[in-house]
Amino acid sequence: MTATVTTDSLTEKSDRVTSRGSGGARRRLPRIPDRIRQGGLPYLLLLPAVLLELLVHVIPMIIGIVMSFRQFTQFYINNWGGAPWSGFDNYKIAVDVNAPIGEALLHSFFVTCVFTFFAVGLAWLFGVAAAIMLQENFRGRGFLRAIFLVPYALPVYAAVITWAFMFQRDNGLVNHVLHDQLGITDQPSFWLIGDNSIYALIIVSVWKGWPFAFLIVMAGLQNIPRELYEAASIDGAGIWQQIRKITLPSLRPVNQVLVLVLFLWTFNDFNTPYVLFGKAAPENADLISIHIYQSSFVTWNFGTGSAMSVLLLLFLLVVTAVYLFITSRGRKGADA
Amino acid sequence: MRTIRAAAAVTLAISIAAGVTGCGGGTSSGGGSNDSPKTLTYWASNQGPSIEADKKILTPELKKFEKQTGIKVKLEVVPWADLLNRILAATTSGQGPDVLNIGNTWSASLQATGALLPWSKDNFDAIGGRDRFVDSAVASAGAEGQDPAAVPLYSLAYALYYNKKSFADAGIEKPPATWDELVADGKKLSKDGKWGLGAEGSNLSNNIHQTFVLGQQHGADFFDADGKPTFTSDGAVAAVKQYIDFMAKDKIIAPGNAEYAQNQSLTDFAKGKTAMVLWQAAASTFASQGMKPEDWGAAPVPVASGTPGQGKNTNSMVAGINMAVFKNTKNIDGAKKFVKFMTSDEEQKLLNKTYGSIPPVKTAQADEAFSAPDLAVLRDTLAKSAAPLPQVPNESQFETAVGTAVKELWADAAAGRPVTTESVKARLEKAQQTMQQ
Repeated sequence: MTATVTTDSLTEKSDRVTSRGSGGARRRLPRIPDRIRQGGLPYLLLLPAVLLELLVHVIPMIIGIVMSFRQFTQFYINNWGGAPWSGFDNYKIAVDVNAPIGEALLHSFFVTCVFTFFAVGLAWLFGVAAAIMLQENFRGRGFLRAIFLVPYALPVYAAVITWAFMFQRDNGLVNHVLHDQLGITDQPSFWLIGDNSIYALIIVSVWKGWPFAFLIVMAGLQNIPRELYEAASIDGAGIWQQIRKITLPSLRPVNQVLVLVLFLWTFNDFNTPYVLFGKAAPENADLISIHIYQSSFVTWNFGTGSAMSVLLLLFLLVVTAVYLFITSRGRKGADA
Repeated sequence: MRTIRAAAAVTLAISIAAGVTGCGGGTSSGGGSNDSPKTLTYWASNQGPSIEADKKILTPELKKFEKQTGIKVKLEVVPWADLLNRILAATTSGQGPDVLNIGNTWSASLQATGALLPWSKDNFDAIGGRDRFVDSAVASAGAEGQDPAAVPLYSLAYALYYNKKSFADAGIEKPPATWDELVADGKKLSKDGKWGLGAEGSNLSNNIHQTFVLGQQHGADFFDADGKPTFTSDGAVAAVKQYIDFMAKDKIIAPGNAEYAQNQSLTDFAKGKTAMVLWQAAASTFASQGMKPEDWGAAPVPVASGTPGQGKNTNSMVAGINMAVFKNTKNIDGAKKFVKFMTSDEEQKLLNKTYGSIPPVKTAQADEAFSAPDLAVLRDTLAKSAAPLPQVPNESQFETAVGTAVKELWADAAAGRPVTTESVKARLEKAQQTMQQ
């Protein structure tokens, strides 16, 4: 996504430079030969980004894929080039749902799907609701806007570790409020182990994710012409009708990107579960990122871990492609 | 995209390293060189209350070494949580320190990577001979039948720490020597919001240490002679069940302990909320929590019956820190000199005194400073009744797999779900099946 945007804007910019084509431009760039300036400059400008992209993403990804076809354990860490090829063995282990490793991966995949559905859904809902509420100008709006962005601005580790303290059974704030003060629960509940752990994870993830949705939607709202609302209210449309008929349809392109980004971030989130639960997450909150980390780095089965990573990458690529296809078709339909 | 971030992290390190080393695919397997004889890099594990404290403790010693040999040691203190990953990265890239500390339970796992200098007879002779070290400590420095991958530096063992006031209040005269006594005492102590025993249910390593010792007492090793996992043997199942039953059946451990992983059980102990903990060298932590030395006592960890000893009367794992040398060091002679220095009688006494651990060097251990009542318990345990964790290449997997199974069982017990022989066996079965290789 990001790469495409950068490419477009760079090309545009360089087009502008070359299209001027007068003596002025030549004086500013005296040493670049015409041929490069006219044909090659865009590519020259792209080169640093391409090199970095290769170094940071493409090469490691290729090595990761190669690793997934090798029997890469601690015996070969010191001489990783010498790890024997194992064909599709790692993949077979990862997808064999009748054996414990594959079964655990599938379980963790389902957990991650459920988690992502709720975490993204709620983060989006809160973000949109807050942005719409803060659309009207009122006293203290600036203050609220700033406050709402705090979770987004805090360092993840500090924020999540604070949540971990609050979720502690005996000394945590959550049980203190739910049990001691409100008396909602019969006895203090566990949040960091056992069945409730998935709720704890969703709560922290939503808390961390909704300010981003809020920020993006708020920006999107700026682009909706006020006249539409004025016209609608003259025609007698209530606030709900305005939201349903004007705000949400106008936000659609923004929401499409927002939901996709939130989905990718949440599905892959590593920091939240790692800081909350440590390297062994409870079964109910065993997200796939932690699961793969554990397979690779804690039990030192780098080959199997890489195979799992590649499978996850494929899954996310497919989901993204389908999503983009559906949403772009919808947009074309709307444009027509 | 951050999709394969975990794999990308290591592969990036590899690709950069490959670029640096001319794509040799890892490091040479030679025995090091003396290309840079005047400097050494040392990764020390975080032993003291903080990294700064460690630097303060170690720097004067390194200066002393520099004065003696003219070799300058660059020190980096690495926090525990990062140490294993840092070692793995250094092993993969070949860009590590010359000398480093490793947790002794990782010895065989790291030995299998082939990156560490084996301590052959010659190498041991260069530092004064293998006989200088306590046997059990050397046994926890690598797989049986192979030259150790490291040299013991600080030794630790488990003891039963008890709160004297809580014991006096409950009318208990002496610390329990058997598990039956511990449970009986624990029941007397568990009332009015106070509890008999503390545990760290979400700390995987601690789970392993405790269940390993109980396993030994039930005649189970968790691995057979060929290094194959035997997690579901009757002894192993009984050991894990006995440990969880302290909460599930005997009710002498507070349910909240199931989620402890950050030494909260020591805080509870220091506050008088729990009366006993099983821990390694806890003195400095108790002191930092405001306890006075006369407030607590230390006794050997209980056994099934009789007195602690070897075999079924084992009551501690051999805990401690080892010192290893990366095989590809550019200052092999200097590295050995440094290990010799750190394991010399004088340094052993000084450092172990500071850290509250026991010297694995016999002559240093004889020093009076290690005869204080609590240290004497640790020392005797190490000498007579401690056993090293299984020294198998997949020890690291074992810690995660079984440690997690025990963590899940704690969660069951805390939630009031029944913990039966079958449920324990099922969890261990699952753990065993995830062990690859």
